[in-house]
Amino acid sequence: MLEYIIKRVVALIPVLFGITLLVFLAMHFVPGDVAQTLIGEKGGQEEVVKLRHELGLDKPLYVQYGIFLERALTGNFGVSYQTMEPATSAVMRAFPVTIQLSLVAIFFSLVIAIPAGIFAAVRQYSIFDNLLMGGAVLGISMPVFWTAVLLMMLFSLRLRWFPFTGIISNSISLHQITGFQLIDAAITGNWRAFSDVLRHLILPGIALGALPMAIIARMMRSSLLEVLQKDYVNTARAKGVRELKVINKHALRNALLPVITVVGLQFGNLLCGAILTETVFAMPGIGRLAVTSILFRDYPVVEALVLFTALAVVIVNLMVDVSYAYIDPRIRY
Amino acid sequence: MLAITIKQFLRSKAGIAGFAIIAVILILAASASFVAPYNPTEQSFTQQLLSPSASHFMGTDRYGRDIFSRIVYGTRYALLSGLLADGVALGIGCLLGLLAAFYGGWWDFAIMRGVDVMMAFPYLLLAMLTIAILGPGLINAMIAIGIVYAPQYARILRSSVLSIKENDYVSAARAMGASDTRIMLQHILLNAMAPIIVQATLTAGAAIIEAAGLGFLGLGAQPPTPEWGAMLSGGRDFMLSAPWIATFPGLAIAVTVLGFNLLGDSLRDSLDPTLHRH
Repeated sequence: MLEYIIKRVVALIPVLFGITLLVFLAMHFVPGDVAQTLIGEKGGQEEVVKLRHELGLDKPLYVQYGIFLERALTGNFGVSYQTMEPATSAVMRAFPVTIQLSLVAIFFSLVIAIPAGIFAAVRQYSIFDNLLMGGAVLGISMPVFWTAVLLMMLFSLRLRWFPFTGIISNSISLHQITGFQLIDAAITGNWRAFSDVLRHLILPGIALGALPMAIIARMMRSSLLEVLQKDYVNTARAKGVRELKVINKHALRNALLPVITVVGLQFGNLLCGAILTETVFAMPGIGRLAVTSILFRDYPVVEALVLFTALAVVIVNLMVDVSYAYIDPRIRY
Repeated sequence: MLAITIKQFLRSKAGIAGFAIIAVILILAASASFVAPYNPTEQSFTQQLLSPSASHFMGTDRYGRDIFSRIVYGTRYALLSGLLADGVALGIGCLLGLLAAFYGGWWDFAIMRGVDVMMAFPYLLLAMLTIAILGPGLINAMIAIGIVYAPQYARILRSSVLSIKENDYVSAARAMGASDTRIMLQHILLNAMAPIIVQATLTAGAAIIEAAGLGFLGLGAQPPTPEWGAMLSGGRDFMLSAPWIATFPGLAIAVTVLGFNLLGDSLRDSLDPTLHRH
């Protein structure tokens, strides 16, 4: 197992190297002069040349890449052009919001998709199965930003069951420890803040969870259907084991394996969805930060954000691979 | 094989429904100027925020523009974004996948590691990064989406080509002195098209959602283009007073993408020999 993990980590090195190269080149090809942007339109040519020298922008491309790598490794991406705070701090403040939102979304999708997928497989071609699969195709076809807008219109604006925007109400104060509002509220015993944050996360969580819910339900159904045709399931049935036990003990455990992979691989999808969901609900996560920093050409933040996000996706994918190999001993790539 | 595939496809109600939806969207796009009762960009300050009625099926927006007309014209942008983005993805991805699998060795290593790197980025973020370079706009959004989806084609085609290139007819063509280009295009690519067709259908749906998403964020089509994502975004300010502005464009996106997904799913089932029962 350790050998497998080491192999997978080593295989990641060229990918990580490639990610930094891609981000560096993308930022290099962005139109406009960084030095001119930093100094402003009123700055003289001499000042621009001086700043270009200080930033190393007059050096050969490979040297600039070396400087970029060094900065990336130390987490120093410079300061945000908009807020003048370190870009890394802005990204680190936004990440917890997106992670909490993603976890709530995954929670909703699992709670609904797994039982629904199981039931659809057990009652294959029943009305429920057809409805569920129809609903799943619809779920995959619905743009997340539309789902978010519809939920907001109905439950926030019309019925007023949930808060409208943000991650926590302005009237509630919360002492920041970890940056994760739910954890901070729990640690400090501030249950009013805890329930308020949770209420803020429910609607965006459902909107964001709709797509993974549809994908997981389909996967759960097809995976269970496949397992239910295996010889060992037939053997169990032939031995007279009750159907519920056959499904629970023999089929489900094996059918869950590919579902776990699909759940893990939803992380990238969730981050994409989060960009749009956070925009609708005005949540201060990485999605909203990405949109504002790209629109305002705040390149230090864009660099930090894209690099951190890609790194997070790579690490989550690695964790999925490793957990899969751990759960299923037959797998040794 | 083709006859079995067509027979299999015609049995699928979902596939036919998907095909019908796309056909209707195509007809609407082609005949938009006849179907749409109003000019999609014409503003009328006496007709602002009107609720759906006989004269405006889907109401009007804040500038008094007829939403139904804008949605009808929007079919053109949706299909264009689906086709163009898909075309870019298909072109780049197939070229990379073909080269990687055909030449192998360093070609394969370099291309596939590049594909791994691209796939490490959440696709919307990568599209946004590309737009940061190209600048916002509908065409740039389509190119960005095309680049983002290219790695998927590269992976799919690579795996097909790896098995196809070992066939005897490829060796025979080589023995007869056929050039690499001829072998790749005529003998390999044509035989690897089945999974690519399925992927193209599914990617078209995904590309429409992505393009609408970029339009929604203000990075795609710019006003007053009647693009569904941008229209939906414009309706956010009137969610309580004029909910139809945000509702109908979203419905149009969902129905169009549903059509492509139903068609893609059925094509995949029809083209997969392991699923043919009889």
